[in-house]
Amino acid sequence: MKRYFGRKVLIYFLTFFLAVTIDWMIPRFMPGNPIQTMLSRAQLHAGAYERIYDYYAGLFGLDLPAWQQYLNFWKALFHGDLGISVLLFPTPVTKVIMNALPYDLFLLVPAILLSWFAGNWFGAFAARSKWLDNTISPLGYILTATPYMWLGIVLAWAFGIVLDIFPISGGYSFALRPHLSWTFIGSLLQHWFLPFASLFLVKFGGWAIGMRNMIIYELEADYAHYLEALGAPKRLVRQYAFRNAILPQLTGLALDLGIIVAGALATEIVFSYPGIGYLLLGAIQNKDYFLIQGCFLFIILGVLLANFIIDIAYVLVDPRTRTGMMGEAS
Amino acid sequence: MSLQVENLRVYYQTLRGDVRALDGATFTIEDGEIMGLAGESGCGKTTLGHSLIALTPPMRFVEGRVTLDDEELPVWDMERMNDFRFKRISIIPQYAMNAMNPTRKIGKMTSELLESRKVEYKSTLPELKRRLDLVELTHDVLSMYPIELSGGMKQRMVMVLSTLLNPSLLIADEVTSALDVSTQKAVSEMLVGFRDREFVKSLIVITHDISILYQIADSILIMYAGQLAEKGPTDAIIHSPRHPYTKLLISALPKVGVKYAERKLEGIPGNPPQLLDPPVGCRFRDRCPVAFGKCLEEPPFMEVEKDHFVACWKEFERNA
Amino acid sequence: MTESKKKNEILYFALRNNKLKLGVAVLFVFVVLTLIGPLLTDYAPYDYVGPPYHPPSAEYWFGTTTFGQDVFTQFILGLKATFMVGIIGGGLATLIGVVVGFTAGYRGGVVDEVLNMLTNIVLVIPTLAMLLIIAAYLTVRGVLAESVFIGCTAWPWAARAIRAQTFSLRSRDFVDLARLSGMRSWKIILSQIAPNMMSYLLLVFILQFGGAILTAATLDFIGLGPTNAVSLGLMMNNAVLWGALLLGMWWWFVPPGVAIMAIVGALYVTNVGLDEVFNPKLREM
Repeated sequence: MKRYFGRKVLIYFLTFFLAVTIDWMIPRFMPGNPIQTMLSRAQLHAGAYERIYDYYAGLFGLDLPAWQQYLNFWKALFHGDLGISVLLFPTPVTKVIMNALPYDLFLLVPAILLSWFAGNWFGAFAARSKWLDNTISPLGYILTATPYMWLGIVLAWAFGIVLDIFPISGGYSFALRPHLSWTFIGSLLQHWFLPFASLFLVKFGGWAIGMRNMIIYELEADYAHYLEALGAPKRLVRQYAFRNAILPQLTGLALDLGIIVAGALATEIVFSYPGIGYLLLGAIQNKDYFLIQGCFLFIILGVLLANFIIDIAYVLVDPRTRTGMMGEAS
Repeated sequence: MSLQVENLRVYYQTLRGDVRALDGATFTIEDGEIMGLAGESGCGKTTLGHSLIALTPPMRFVEGRVTLDDEELPVWDMERMNDFRFKRISIIPQYAMNAMNPTRKIGKMTSELLESRKVEYKSTLPELKRRLDLVELTHDVLSMYPIELSGGMKQRMVMVLSTLLNPSLLIADEVTSALDVSTQKAVSEMLVGFRDREFVKSLIVITHDISILYQIADSILIMYAGQLAEKGPTDAIIHSPRHPYTKLLISALPKVGVKYAERKLEGIPGNPPQLLDPPVGCRFRDRCPVAFGKCLEEPPFMEVEKDHFVACWKEFERNA
Repeated sequence: MTESKKKNEILYFALRNNKLKLGVAVLFVFVVLTLIGPLLTDYAPYDYVGPPYHPPSAEYWFGTTTFGQDVFTQFILGLKATFMVGIIGGGLATLIGVVVGFTAGYRGGVVDEVLNMLTNIVLVIPTLAMLLIIAAYLTVRGVLAESVFIGCTAWPWAARAIRAQTFSLRSRDFVDLARLSGMRSWKIILSQIAPNMMSYLLLVFILQFGGAILTAATLDFIGLGPTNAVSLGLMMNNAVLWGALLLGMWWWFVPPGVAIMAIVGALYVTNVGLDEVFNPKLREM
């Protein structure tokens, strides 16, 4: 057991190391001088340009040899310093990301959890009767085949423009500033609903289909036939099938939660919702390399962490994986 | 009187029509009798075994009557059969090694199964432990997962589980097929032990290996192409078979001590007929060395000696 | 079962499977549309051909954009781009996935570990980052570039699936038999393992096809797609950019989305149908 985990940790560290290195290389691979390109987009008058350029040149040690720049990057990383954003100058990148993160969590956590529960529940039901299966399955396939942003657009148009129930852009009304009051919370929820719905519906389809397939597979298993032959009530067989089917679904859930930090790029763009995804778009369009770098770092960390936790949790939860660790020939 | 089966017909529904896998089985098993059920692959023995306990689609009940201990078994009704399953009639399936839920500890699964059948686990536990001792499994298995047991241990566990409630009739479906010879002996002896200790009243042992039946069975029922060919006491079947198919089967068995140079091992040339549209009359007719005109008519399964039944016109002629 | 008998059996069930028939039918409609579409329109996608903001009419079947371009023309050519990305991107991803997954599964040991790590790295690297760099260098890029990019980043899933399948096949008895009889490695792969994997590979390819289309749509939408072609994702991007939402020009953004939904949905359903055909246990009575 220890050897297994030891090896896993090592592999994760290696992967992290490599991914961060690639992340560091991003601005340096862009054609031209990143700082120059960056600054040429900011409207600065002559005096300021000189000072800021020197500041950055010093900060990122562009006059230093590459390997030293690389080391400085790691040092800054451990201090939680990801540089200064150009798009939202002079806010540090870390602060920018932290400002956007709550919106992502607010949007994605309910969307992921609710769609997972609802989808698995419906999927399990679909596996019970042919009639249910014939209604839920096609719906599930259509939903999961729908591109996120398109559903977002359609919902925005239908409920936002035509029916005029919900707003279609922003995280909250532009007339307000974030503060604690019912008005603000109400506005927050109003702006939250359509993006949430578009994410929820597509994910729901995916989970429902996945669960239905897993349960059907389990119901065909030998242990299900044996229980049936010994007269066990359908309830017990379904209970076992459900519990076995949900294990791989848990992996999927953990993965989804892990990449929460990546935001829901397409959906946020459609609704101009101020999450990390939207931030990333702005960064891309304005070539704010340091913001891009920071966002990606966040995402990498989140994904690696989530994967690691899944690996551990799965071994604990499913006894079947334990023999794999003893190095048995697969 | 333990088990009576009258004219049982069970077909398989397929897109191309009904496959007549079990076409008219009539036989009796007494209390305490171990009946072997043997034949080639596809002869219908597994269909027979399963139709007695769980007649699930694609199997389809056509006609017949099954009586267990003077009570009719509603084999066509999956719901009503539940009252009989596990308590009056039970099965050790062919897939015994995979029959337990891999993500549940064995003890937990057993207790949940028993409780769901309205049997109190706590009061059954002492007897369960005694039986584990009998098959040489430690009590620890109850707190283990199936994956922690070897194939043989899993099979023994399933054997204990299936017989826990002392059913009248136990169906053992190819329980020795995947085992090595010494384990085959141990498992076969366990089956006899169940009967001797009265854990079960009678057994149907389904196998294609007649040599095992020679060791443990009181009587043997030979099936061919979905129909019964011959049934009789083990000695009679092995040493004085009446049906031409049985005769060829027995002579096809290798005998210890006999060398190939001395006596060639003959198989039975040809293949069994497909059962989607089976041939008229006796189904063995095409491969039978002594077939004649009358064989175009289906021979009935008749008693030719005490407790010895055959379905063969040639044999009826001899008797007459 | 003899080879020809097996093929006949598969064909028999294939012709009877409703899901397969439905999926293939829908795909067929779209393929025909893509092929004959250009004959149905005289315009080029970005030409200013008519009055702007025009809803669908007899002359402009899908209406016009804010600039007076013909939406139908854009739609037809967008379909072509979509299929190309699906085939090339999905095909490339499957190919790489086969090479990596099969080698890892067949060889095992150190080779497996190394390939596993490679797969993990590719999974974790933000593909957007790579795309940004590429976009900065290739200011003019086409559908082919996008397809290749998607193919090179979508293969980890396929590799994992194929590796698992290879593991299960490798330990089957008939492979051991072949090895014992002294058959050479490559011959074992070709004659014993490959035929059993064929059906699985087809299923993997279909899923990659659908996935590539969805990914391309998203990339196009963000503006990281091809610069010199029309695509369905690009249509949606333009629509939102130029206020189609606010102006209620549903004919601009609804058709591309419906098309993607229909094509990818048909692919998924075909996948399920094929699975049923290949796997006897799943067949319905």
